[in-house]
Amino acid sequence: MKTLSNHLLLLVCTLVLLPLSFQVKGGTLNVCNTCTYTSVKQAVKAAKSGDKVVVNGGVYQEAGIEITKPLTLVGVNRPVLDGNFKGQIITIMADHVVVKGLTLKNIATSYTRDDAAIRVVERHQVKILNNTILNTYFGIYLQNAEFCEIRGNVVSGKDVAGQNESALGNAIHLWHCNNAVITGNTLRGHRDGIYLEFVKDSHVKDNLSQNNLRYGLHFMFSDGNVYTHNTFRKNGAGVAVMYTRNIRMEYNTFENNWGAASYGLLLKDISNSQIYHNTFRQNTSGIYMESSSRLDVQRNTFDRNGWAIRLLSSCTEDVFSQNNFTGNSFDVSTNGNSTLNRFENNYWDKYTGYDLNKDKVGDVPYRPVSLYSMLIEKVPSSVMFMRSFMVDLMDNVEKVLPSFIPDQLIDEHPVMRRIKDDNHREFTKTVR
Amino acid sequence: MGKIIKYVFYDIVRSKIVLAYTVFLLLLSLGLFHLGGNPDKAILSLLNLVLLTVPLISIVFATTHFYNSYEFIELLVAQPINRSKIFMSEYLGVAGSLSGAFLLGVGVPVLLFGASATGGYLLLTGVLITFIFVAMAFLASVITRDKAKGIGVALLLWFYFALIYDGLVLLILFTFSDYPLENPTLVLTALNPVDLGRIIVLLNLDASALMGYTGALYKSILGSFWGISLALGLMLLWILVPMVSSRQIFARRDL
Repeated sequence: MKTLSNHLLLLVCTLVLLPLSFQVKGGTLNVCNTCTYTSVKQAVKAAKSGDKVVVNGGVYQEAGIEITKPLTLVGVNRPVLDGNFKGQIITIMADHVVVKGLTLKNIATSYTRDDAAIRVVERHQVKILNNTILNTYFGIYLQNAEFCEIRGNVVSGKDVAGQNESALGNAIHLWHCNNAVITGNTLRGHRDGIYLEFVKDSHVKDNLSQNNLRYGLHFMFSDGNVYTHNTFRKNGAGVAVMYTRNIRMEYNTFENNWGAASYGLLLKDISNSQIYHNTFRQNTSGIYMESSSRLDVQRNTFDRNGWAIRLLSSCTEDVFSQNNFTGNSFDVSTNGNSTLNRFENNYWDKYTGYDLNKDKVGDVPYRPVSLYSMLIEKVPSSVMFMRSFMVDLMDNVEKVLPSFIPDQLIDEHPVMRRIKDDNHREFTKTVR
Repeated sequence: MGKIIKYVFYDIVRSKIVLAYTVFLLLLSLGLFHLGGNPDKAILSLLNLVLLTVPLISIVFATTHFYNSYEFIELLVAQPINRSKIFMSEYLGVAGSLSGAFLLGVGVPVLLFGASATGGYLLLTGVLITFIFVAMAFLASVITRDKAKGIGVALLLWFYFALIYDGLVLLILFTFSDYPLENPTLVLTALNPVDLGRIIVLLNLDASALMGYTGALYKSILGSFWGISLALGLMLLWILVPMVSSRQIFARRDL
């Protein structure tokens, strides 16, 4: 009995002291103009596993820093590492590395090497925190790295107007990385804000992605991820998600994604996913869906979009419920007559029905697809007759006597009042 | 000429119909601005109104006015005055007073509640449409001596431009949907002043839905300075052609 308790004590002590000893063991190496180490590269080379390298304020002209042991690289007083367009600045090739509070800038476009300000190569549990990355090709590039955290970084490229897509890299680029956490980053002026490929079980939260040339968020083959509270604004083509299952998108804002081929959210081959509480404001198309099935689209707000939802007939078993549709030029448009999706209990500002029994649910069904939107889908040129009296007349006649519009695509129980989501939103704000 | 315009103008103002028209427009636009809350939305509703009622009232009023002042015109023709001068005075008097009514009725609320470039385009479109449809009314009236027939022709013109034309073009587009239709559509809309006016205002307003590929194409063609100038030029043409031809007919006709 006694030996057992002794053993236990020993075990507990080891468990408590182990991380402590790890901390104690590590020394601190200072880098500044007058210190022992005047360059980050020297200090990183000299440091032992578990050491902390503190980079003090100033400008360091450095590129090609390779971290091959578990270090903590911390910037104090916003030091600047200027890559001078000579290639990658920091390459991380060890587990448990932390890079924090640095400003990294100037990386040239490199088509063959995909140079990034910070690259993590096949390592785990790396943390990249509160860095500022300016004028680079790729910003943060993770390949085959698991359990990494990217938090509070600002990645800012250049003005993308008139740029070629291939001449720009992505702000945050993850490839084959599972269990990543990407929170609170601000990303602009790159090709894609966040690019995920083969990234599973990750969290993307509180990021702001705007003014990127292509997509604010772009992911493919990335199952089981959660996207919450992000804002995607004024990106060339909005947000695109493809070939993925089991994702959750909640409380995101998609706004001002304008242009001929621009979407708030483009869904292609997505299945078994939830899209809750998002706001789609002033996009050319709020959601564009192709070959997507078993999606649950609930409690979203579609406000002042050209098309709120463009639902191609390749989509099946999708459910749209309790969404608000206000001020959209077209609520729903589709290209076929298939009726495999369900609309229920949404609020439509164009609904003109009545509610005799006062249960706040309209007594007559609402058909969100108008004849004119079908016509535009078939003959795009007829967009010229938008708001013409003839078109309004046609739409109204069709509403009374439907013969062309898919008569099964219908909201049987439209609600009379706008669905308020504010309480819930306040609640989650406090929770998060 | 100035004197005749003044006479025509006084005559119209005395008849109180124009006054009623002003009040009607004023009430409607004030109501829309108060109901909507959002000035953009109100301008959109006003656009529909302007494109429907303004042509109708302009064309009916101008036709009836022309027939009612036939005796006055005959009196003037007996004087040593050039016929085309008489005609132009009549035209400017009627079109001017109707535009004045429009500017008072719609312009004042727009300037008060929704002053913007779009509001400006709306007013410009309204005035141009008034001039166009008064010219068409005069054309209808000089063609025939019969008042009922003249009003019938005028109404038919309104019906054609405000309603039937769009339906016909949509039918054409639908029938030929397998062909590239971007440019034909542009030409077809230019053949209707009401559509031209609508597009000028819409390109400044409802950009989101027009932004799809085709919308972007049209915006790049019509949204630029040159595009707007071209559209306005076409509308001026729409004033000049019926006006000049009806003046010609009037000058030669046996009254």
